[in-house]
Amino acid sequence: MAVMSYLEAIRETLRQEMRHDQRIIIYGEDVGVRGGVFRVTEGLQKEFGEDRVIDSPLAEAAIIGTAIGAAVNGLRPVPEIQFADFIFPAFNQIVQEAARIRYRSNGEFGVPLVIRAPFGGGVHGALYHSQSVEAFFAHVPGLKVVIPSTPYDAKGLLAAAIQDEDPVLYFEHKAAYRSIKGEVPEERYIIPIGKADLKRPGKDLSIITYGLMVSYAQKAAETLEKEGISVEILDLRSIRPLDVEMILETAKRTGKVLIVHEDNLTGGIGGEVSALIAEHALFDLDAPIMRLAGPDVPAMPYSPPLEHAFMVTSDKITEAARKLAKF
Amino acid sequence: MDHERLQGFLYDMLLARAFEERAAQEYTQGHIAGFLHLYPGEEAVAVGSIRAAEPSDYIVSTYREHVHALIRDIEPKKIMAELYGKSTGVSRGMGGSMHLFDKERRFMGGYAIVGETFPIAAGIGYSILYRHLPEVVLCYFGDGAVNQGTFHESLNMAALWKLPVLFICENNHYQIGTEIHRHSAVVDVYKRAASYAIPAEQVDGMDVEQVYAHTHSALDRIRAGGGPYLLEFQTYRYRGHSMADPGAYRPPAEVRAFGGQDPILLATRELARHNPPSKSAQASDPAMDVIQQHIDKGFAAGHWQQEDVATMKAQIQQILDEAVAFAQSSPSLSMDDAVYLANQNHAHEVLF
Repeated sequence: MAVMSYLEAIRETLRQEMRHDQRIIIYGEDVGVRGGVFRVTEGLQKEFGEDRVIDSPLAEAAIIGTAIGAAVNGLRPVPEIQFADFIFPAFNQIVQEAARIRYRSNGEFGVPLVIRAPFGGGVHGALYHSQSVEAFFAHVPGLKVVIPSTPYDAKGLLAAAIQDEDPVLYFEHKAAYRSIKGEVPEERYIIPIGKADLKRPGKDLSIITYGLMVSYAQKAAETLEKEGISVEILDLRSIRPLDVEMILETAKRTGKVLIVHEDNLTGGIGGEVSALIAEHALFDLDAPIMRLAGPDVPAMPYSPPLEHAFMVTSDKITEAARKLAKF
Repeated sequence: MDHERLQGFLYDMLLARAFEERAAQEYTQGHIAGFLHLYPGEEAVAVGSIRAAEPSDYIVSTYREHVHALIRDIEPKKIMAELYGKSTGVSRGMGGSMHLFDKERRFMGGYAIVGETFPIAAGIGYSILYRHLPEVVLCYFGDGAVNQGTFHESLNMAALWKLPVLFICENNHYQIGTEIHRHSAVVDVYKRAASYAIPAEQVDGMDVEQVYAHTHSALDRIRAGGGPYLLEFQTYRYRGHSMADPGAYRPPAEVRAFGGQDPILLATRELARHNPPSKSAQASDPAMDVIQQHIDKGFAAGHWQQEDVATMKAQIQQILDEAVAFAQSSPSLSMDDAVYLANQNHAHEVLF
């Protein structure tokens, strides 16, 4: 099996799916000739031509709006928003139209659309190149939101998103692009949207997380294992819909839950996950639910020490888990 | 223009006017709820432009779209039932007045967020271009919509990629209650297209024949691969913005002048019927009701008699009575409908 980076897995999945389905088109700012600012779409225009891999003007509302139009009329657009931070001009199109057209058209029109966008901090991008935006969209019925943590999942979730009949937001952590590598099968496969993945079984506590934080949590679990603390890790993979069943199972099994995300704390996915556990598994818990998340400050600081202070790290996860285990 | 087509226009406009007036009546009686935006005064635009299009063309409309849907041959009773919020409505009662959809007739929706439609129309245009089909998207919008950023983003994309989109501005001079000189630095909407090298024209939108002719040639040009085109139709709505809006911000003289309600104007029109104006007078008379004007022209040219018009009106009255009866007797939505619709978007979701 080939070992690929997270970024290569995304690119190869785009290539494989595009070879398989003529309806798929890619577009966005600089995705064609340049191959994207992170090079995710490199070489695709050469293989598929300018009418399938399109360099668009710098106009996010129109990028997503035209993708919705193309999708309701039978294409399968996979537009890229260059940085998740730039998605807000298109918020109206995504929330008002993409999410709702099926519902309000009595199921006549679906919007098979995948919006790819790199997100997350830790790359010195500061205010407008570091944000985590998933919670805004996870709030909206009619949207699906997935965030892969490994190259294997990146492929399976992207293929599932492209084959889905409804709009999916696919967020890629930019710090994972080249740092995370793993085995990826050559053949086509999907990972169903809405299914979490038990990354590591454990007895003493559960860490529920997603995206880049999964690998940080794994590192923390290895450290804690040496201290005799057995950590279970659940990778949500999809944050809308959530895999409620697996969330409750892990909570009931270990009785202690630490929820981790880089997005800031208030109104983040952690609140929803902890509400589900509180509603359905409270009496199985041995400790209060704990959340570790980005601080509630308006922006990712540029200053390296402050950026480091903002980011959730393996050390911070280790410390929080240790505290929870001792409760 | 041939007799049959002109008669068709007359029928369409009478149906459009009567449907809207009936909807107003149903609203006043409390049968239709929410927000209702009516089209009287603007009929020539929808009738002339949609009749110039092919059934294979697509329509993307606004929240004032009942008439676009009617002229697209969606059954009046299905539209009325939608206004009533019944399960037999064209959008199963989920959308109501502002959100009519009909996939079969390529009616791609009414949209109640102003400016939302430009990129969606452009995207449908892209899907046509991608398949090399001789189809066009008709994208309707008002004069208020052109100040949204999406107008400019989409015109740029449409021109850049030569998308088969006909942008149709229904310029009724009011962004709800704000007159165009108070909302736009450039009040001739068609001039804005020049920034994107999109050919554009300003056309008398009160004259259905002109609307038809200009739309027809614009569509031919787009179908031949000429890229997008913009038509600005100068029109006027006789009613307020919606049923909740009496339109009191408009000077009464202006409304009268456009509505042809002034008794003196009615008398002059009667005179004009006996002494038709010279052929060189091309522009429609804004002081005359848009439909009455078409009727008068038809009288003058011998296309129809008074009794033909009366027959049409009687037919339409019956259609509308049936439409209202259908809407009233149709079932409301049940929670089963709600679950069916919600499930479509929740294929993998576990709901507690």
